[in-house]
Amino acid sequence: MSQYSVLYDALGPRARRRVLYVTLVVAALCVAAVVFALIALDEQGQLAADKWSALFNPTDTQFPVVWTFLLGGLLQTLQAAFLSIVLSLVFGTLIALTRVTANKYYRWFVVGAIETLRGIPVVLTIFFASRVLPTYGIELDLIWYIVIGLTVYNSVAIAEAIRSGIAALPRGQLEAAQAIGFSRGMSLRLVILPQAFRMMMPVIIGQLVVVVKDTSLGFIIGFEELLRRGQIAVQSLNNPLQMYLVIAVLFIVINYALSKLAERVEDRMSTRTAKAKTPGKAPARV
Amino acid sequence: MDVILEYLPLFGEGLLGTLYICAASALGSLVLGCVLAAFRVSPVPILQRLGASWVTVFRNCPLSVVLFFMAFGLPEIGINGSYFWFGVLGLTLYTAAFMCEAVRAGINSVSVGQAEAARAIGLAFLPTLILIILPQAVRSAIPPLANALVAMIKNSAIVGAFGVGGELFSVADTLTAGRGIAALPVLVGIVIGYLIIILPVGIGLGKLERRVAILR
Repeated sequence: MSQYSVLYDALGPRARRRVLYVTLVVAALCVAAVVFALIALDEQGQLAADKWSALFNPTDTQFPVVWTFLLGGLLQTLQAAFLSIVLSLVFGTLIALTRVTANKYYRWFVVGAIETLRGIPVVLTIFFASRVLPTYGIELDLIWYIVIGLTVYNSVAIAEAIRSGIAALPRGQLEAAQAIGFSRGMSLRLVILPQAFRMMMPVIIGQLVVVVKDTSLGFIIGFEELLRRGQIAVQSLNNPLQMYLVIAVLFIVINYALSKLAERVEDRMSTRTAKAKTPGKAPARV
Repeated sequence: MDVILEYLPLFGEGLLGTLYICAASALGSLVLGCVLAAFRVSPVPILQRLGASWVTVFRNCPLSVVLFFMAFGLPEIGINGSYFWFGVLGLTLYTAAFMCEAVRAGINSVSVGQAEAARAIGLAFLPTLILIILPQAVRSAIPPLANALVAMIKNSAIVGAFGVGGELFSVADTLTAGRGIAALPVLVGIVIGYLIIILPVGIGLGKLERRVAILR
């Protein structure tokens, strides 16, 4: 894993020896920490088979029940995340367009609203969606409070991403569109937005990671997503440590895959634009 | 408006509580984040991997799961403490991953020529780091650090949702659920509370950023 760094040259023999010593010490410390943790866990009876078997032993009678329950929660998590990201994209685009095209007389209002919404914790938007809407007679399924709360928060974030995508486009794009007689709306819809979207794709996928993480806040209003279901299961299984470990791993795997996807999309796009810049080497696909 | 004025002391208390949580976590996560960043840019592969795994784990795991782990998992292995400190600890460990990435991005933004020039005129590792690299790295690390800090302040609401009393989110919960007060005015009060904390931080760091900015 030797990578080129700004901080040091290629290591010489003495530095390599030092690196070896540090590696050995750190490895010893890590092993010691693991051993110590295992001893502590064992003393508290956390390594007992009954704490783990419901989650890890397929022959356990509870195993299928627990996993069906948890995977059902995971499905709810993914559903809420999917709905939120789609709605956030729609509203985010609208907000970005409003901000870009806003007349200067009310632009300050749009900007102020965006900045205020950015300052509200997402827990609060979810919490108050579930508290405020019913007082106006709007009773929805719990999932919609999550989706509304997440959409309010993330559509603003996506709007900012799209706006910076629009700002990053060369001016010539708009001028060319208008030169061939497109109206303002047409040039935005046919020329500017598609390019801004493509450019901001990695950011949008990255935002999806945030959304998946934030669906776990559903436990606050009792929406049965993965974390809430884990919480319920713990009440009868009595194994919080093991359960939350499994849930953490599930979240990490999903989000890690999404982050990797975002990275790959970004790589592909940067090579594509690099190619496009060299005349004659542009890809055949238009 | 009446609601806000009537319960002003309660809102004020919540504001202070949030400030305490944020101050403690900001300090902790900044220190831990710098240590992790140092790991990640060190020439020792095992330290690099430790730092990288920390970042991968905490960037992809929801804060609420981290907090559940702290508050319900740790007592199971005999570590007891108040919810306040579990909350601060969870928020610190989580935010440190983002701080680490901000610092590391700052260090990587310094062009290689700077370090090469420093070594060429005979500076050793530490003087190179302290005199040449870090002053430049800090400049470009400030905007992402500010972002991480503002995100952390907002995340402190999750710590509150968790049962740490006396901060802004728990005030919202007490007023709407406990005393049955209409949710909308409470929401306005709480949002004002968060803006009171976040706006000065954002503006102050923006000023700092412009002050240390250099033309490149």
